[in-house]
Amino acid sequence: MSDVTSIARSRSEKAVWDILTHVPDPEIPAVSVVDLGIVREVRVGGDAVEVVITPTYSGCPATDVIARDVAAALHKNGYPDARVTTSLSPAWTTDWITDEGREKLRAFGIAPPPRMERRIKSLLGEEPPVACPRCGSTDTKKVSNFGSTPCKAHFTCNACLEPFDHFKCL
Amino acid sequence: MNATAPVSTSAPVVSGPDRDALVQYLIRLGDDALILSHRLAEWCAKAPELEEDLALTNIALDLVGQTRSFYTYAGELEGKGRTEDDIAFLREERDYRNVLLVEQPNEDFAHAMARQFLFDAMSLPFFEALSNSKDPTVAGIAQKAVKEVRYHLRHAAEWVIRLGDGTEESHRRMQAAIDELWPYTGELFAMDDIDRRMVALGIGVDLESLREPWSRTVDEVLSEATLTRPADGWMQSGGRSGRHSEYMGYILAELQYMQRAYPNMKW
Repeated sequence: MSDVTSIARSRSEKAVWDILTHVPDPEIPAVSVVDLGIVREVRVGGDAVEVVITPTYSGCPATDVIARDVAAALHKNGYPDARVTTSLSPAWTTDWITDEGREKLRAFGIAPPPRMERRIKSLLGEEPPVACPRCGSTDTKKVSNFGSTPCKAHFTCNACLEPFDHFKCL
Repeated sequence: MNATAPVSTSAPVVSGPDRDALVQYLIRLGDDALILSHRLAEWCAKAPELEEDLALTNIALDLVGQTRSFYTYAGELEGKGRTEDDIAFLREERDYRNVLLVEQPNEDFAHAMARQFLFDAMSLPFFEALSNSKDPTVAGIAQKAVKEVRYHLRHAAEWVIRLGDGTEESHRRMQAAIDELWPYTGELFAMDDIDRRMVALGIGVDLESLREPWSRTVDEVLSEATLTRPADGWMQSGGRSGRHSEYMGYILAELQYMQRAYPNMKW
């Protein structure tokens, strides 16, 4: 009996995840909130559905919009009572961006972040080279650590001269 | 600000007077972040270059995010129905408990970067330590903040070095800024009853333990910037007990104007 219940639950959890893969990030619509690792948990208990999301940055204004978009998508797709809650811990990291998400970012013109093991080690230490999303050259220059949104830095490619965003490592 | 600020998901670990002290502690941390973010936001559309305009407002945004988390949790613990907005906009000057350093005026770009650097050099080890707080919500806010502050410190340190080891004029201005702000750094490490209670409960941070890492960062950066570390002399204090410098009233006049003129307005 419990097996049947848990199978049914995992099925409906999967259905909820499927809906969420179609909710785009409001600032980078090329990727979904699942690609970015913003959705941390889906809890299904009977008719109740709860989705836990986490902000990328404490002050990211997109977090409120994401919560609304996620709730709206679930309400529209057969979960009228779904709730969205926000959790800060564990803190979001760019390592949670999926491989598929990284490829979508690159195709969209945003250089994806390096994996954690290559992250900034010291206060003024060297950072790993960032490849230009347009031509692939690693001959690039950081213009500013702070770009068009809290999660991005501003770069320029020395090879093809393209200015581009880099999703910075967090 | 609006109703969906990140809120706690776990039960608080304290009650009674300990809880009241934690509420005060959270409001202080929120006040530091809010007032510093306001000073940074004053650069919006006035920074020396476009990239810097974006950087300063980005940093200010992170600080507003931290403020929201601290105020929201404080309001929940207090249980009197105060929201983050009530705490941000509807208190008198004496009720704000931020350190005096963060309210000091921008003066010039060197002052703004020196203020940010001196504060962030404390803030980074502070949030690293606070990440181990026994209160899970406080630890969660800190774990989030530590990643952001690492970028803020790096940014400010780069400017201290660039200006200190720059032209004669930029060196003179950065040294003047460090010298003028130095008397406000003592308060960063001053412990009072609330701090001691939070340390005893395993929730807060022993500020004395931050002096050494702060000093190490400051020495490293000032030396690379060819700047002289000022001698420790008389240190200003009072912010933590609500006695502010003359600048605070002007900040609040601007910050609170809308809520005071049109109570309960939303947009």
